[in-house]
Amino acid sequence: MSEVIKIRKGLDIKLKGKADKIFIKAPRSKTYSVKPVDFQTLTPKIVAKPCVEVKVGSTLFYDKYRPEIKFVSPVSGIVQKILRGERRRIIAIIVEDDGKDAALSFKKGDPNSMSREEIVENLLESGLWPVIHQRPYDVIASPADNPKGIFISGFDTAPLAPDYDFIMKDNENEFQVGIDVLARLTEGKVHLGLDARYPAAKAYTEARNVERHYFKGPHPAGNVGIQIHKISPVNKGEKVWTVKPQDVITIGKLFLTGKYDPSVVVALCGSEVKKPVYYKLIRGAEVASIVNDNLAQENVRMISGNVLTGRKISMEGHIGFSDSQVTVIPEGDYYEMFGWITPGLKKFSVSRSFLSWLMPNKEYTLDTNLHGGERAFVMTGEYEKVLPMDIYPVALLKSILVEDIDKMEQLGIYEVVEEDMALCEFVCTSKTPVQSILRSGLNLLRKELE
Amino acid sequence: MNALRRYIDKIKPNVEEGGKFHFLKSTFEGFETFLFVPNTVTTSGTHIRDAFDMKRGMIMVVIAMVPALLFGIWNTGYQHFLAMGVETGFWEMFWFGFLRVFPIIVVSYVTGLGIEFVFAQIRGHEINEGFLVSGMLIPLIMPVDVPLWMVAVSTAFAVIIGKEVFGGTGMNILNPALTARAFLFFAYPTKMSGDLVWISGLSKGMETVDGFSGATILGQAAQNQDVLVNGLGEPFTAWDKFLGVIPGSIGETSTLAILIGALFLIFVGVGSWKIIFSVFAGGAVMGLILNAFGGNALMDMPFWEHLIVGGFAFGAVFMATDPVSGAQTERGKWIYGFLIGFLAIIIRVFNPGYPEGVMLAILLMNVFAPLIDHYVLEGNIRRRLKRAKVQA
Repeated sequence: MSEVIKIRKGLDIKLKGKADKIFIKAPRSKTYSVKPVDFQTLTPKIVAKPCVEVKVGSTLFYDKYRPEIKFVSPVSGIVQKILRGERRRIIAIIVEDDGKDAALSFKKGDPNSMSREEIVENLLESGLWPVIHQRPYDVIASPADNPKGIFISGFDTAPLAPDYDFIMKDNENEFQVGIDVLARLTEGKVHLGLDARYPAAKAYTEARNVERHYFKGPHPAGNVGIQIHKISPVNKGEKVWTVKPQDVITIGKLFLTGKYDPSVVVALCGSEVKKPVYYKLIRGAEVASIVNDNLAQENVRMISGNVLTGRKISMEGHIGFSDSQVTVIPEGDYYEMFGWITPGLKKFSVSRSFLSWLMPNKEYTLDTNLHGGERAFVMTGEYEKVLPMDIYPVALLKSILVEDIDKMEQLGIYEVVEEDMALCEFVCTSKTPVQSILRSGLNLLRKELE
Repeated sequence: MNALRRYIDKIKPNVEEGGKFHFLKSTFEGFETFLFVPNTVTTSGTHIRDAFDMKRGMIMVVIAMVPALLFGIWNTGYQHFLAMGVETGFWEMFWFGFLRVFPIIVVSYVTGLGIEFVFAQIRGHEINEGFLVSGMLIPLIMPVDVPLWMVAVSTAFAVIIGKEVFGGTGMNILNPALTARAFLFFAYPTKMSGDLVWISGLSKGMETVDGFSGATILGQAAQNQDVLVNGLGEPFTAWDKFLGVIPGSIGETSTLAILIGALFLIFVGVGSWKIIFSVFAGGAVMGLILNAFGGNALMDMPFWEHLIVGGFAFGAVFMATDPVSGAQTERGKWIYGFLIGFLAIIIRVFNPGYPEGVMLAILLMNVFAPLIDHYVLEGNIRRRLKRAKVQA
């Protein structure tokens, strides 16, 4: 094993409801959706209007400002409706599944014998390009760019995160082809971050064409942003790309079979799930297809993703495009008497002001209560304890609040996206909305500079 | 509990938009959130949040002050009866002290919170919890004989000029409690210094045993007195100073009680051990330097004694650690704390007018804290630039 990068700062939030390592094939859901809101700052242009017939791989919409970037249907059937939110913003395109899986064909072949243009073209046409994200900004990469490197985090340390070593099993070949494809897209290297605490999956350890890096430490050690920061931080003007492991497999399958295979593994977890297990399903499935009859109670928060960065979805909602977990936790819409002085045996806090510090290994049932009101920044040194980067988070946030672009750049905004600072938001005494402030800064920067 | 909740829900519409008592919304909310943690749920970002909030944080600091407060109450009685030459039991001393100290606490809280409520109301904000701590700090750094109206005036000054004009808790530059004390010190120096204000009753001319003096240790040392003695002329032992059976501001005398509070603060994760440690380190270093030269009573005072007399320990633990007015970067905290300790002893020794340097040292460093942070951030910025150049 090569050198292990130790991460000391961070926080593992131990929650109840970790998924058992059992695969269950989810029943097919009636509809599937692709959600433009799953991609940061994307403005979609609809191609497939309602009632149009689509196949697996048919374009549903494309990026208005980069029309070559297409988003395709995961199933065959008929476009049922286009869901819009405030100011007619497109939230989701919903396709009614006909169960036939009639699929369009794309190019297949050995990526090593294809040109970069061919590979890019194939990814764009098949709707797989959007799995490649770019840092800074965490937006879909631009095909014309040549990134400094491509980073894959092979593990996830977020609360209740799925075990990728389990998910990756029996996908060695697909993963390898996916890696080969990515390796053709950069002049730099493909970096794979692995967890030094456990023996990694065969797909990871035997992969060729990648540089492996081992990390050891609490969350956010599994965040690709932290890994980039430790391996080769993003400087002004530089770009790196990131891809999630399951998406690498999907890319691999495309080049092996010539078809877009939208299947993916999702862990259903959280304290309110009766039987938390792993499901094999198709991207964009209705969440009801896996949580039906599996909930302990009704008043729950359904999250596509993890509790720190996931997106809230309704019972009728669909699972996000690249999410590998669905978390269900209780809503916290209750009053609590004298919360400022109660001993708090069931409460989780990084401070030791609750008696729960007596039980360091306890698994908690945490709800969505804010536990207090929003305040100005008062406490100091809190964020620094959970952000393993050479960045001063409060100073960065303040520069964003005053919209000082120079300062944001100087203080390292290019190196972070929401997920990296999600723990700061969790621990914040002042209940500051860290992630949304950071995103507004990133958006401002992108608008000003591009 | 449910009945109370139902009652609150019933009267709540009155203070909502359009209700008869809408102008009392902040006040109502202040009381409501005191009774109940609100039912707000997360809407963006992380779906779960740490159970720790500002109220709990501030209460933790108040709890940390309890040992110093209890000791201060007892010591008020002890010093008083010592001056009178009367021997009494523990509870009499405590009760006497309680009757002297409690009104000061009440005045401080009523004045400060009253102003906070008014400002929150005008701004349409929620009530901020910052004053829960300041309101307890102010009595603890007052001489026990301070007139109550002065407590009210200085508290009002501190809250309005020290805090609210900057935008409220979290925005202030100076520590509000120290602002109150500094205001009193410069506006009414006779009530804040000298030999008469530290022991209850002395300034009102009560009868004492013959030859009794109420001078503090630092007051005596500043007079270049070689042997530091209590009111009856018996020399203080180091234990007296550490335990705090000496005249001084209400809460500052017992280093032991303050250290108990410090351990609590550090343990629960509210106070910065870096600041506390570096203040003591800075004081010790300056003390050692002065010891090397010597010359007068204050310079010859062993360096460790400087750390247990006067307001040094109290300032280090409860004032310097104020996260808002102190340095905010981790590296900055080391520098900030060290300079406070260092300057406090310099001022103590070389300022003949006023031997208590901690207050001024902290206020001075409050002003410089942003500068320290600025240089720490500049360092970070330079590292980032350098890295970019190396790779380019």
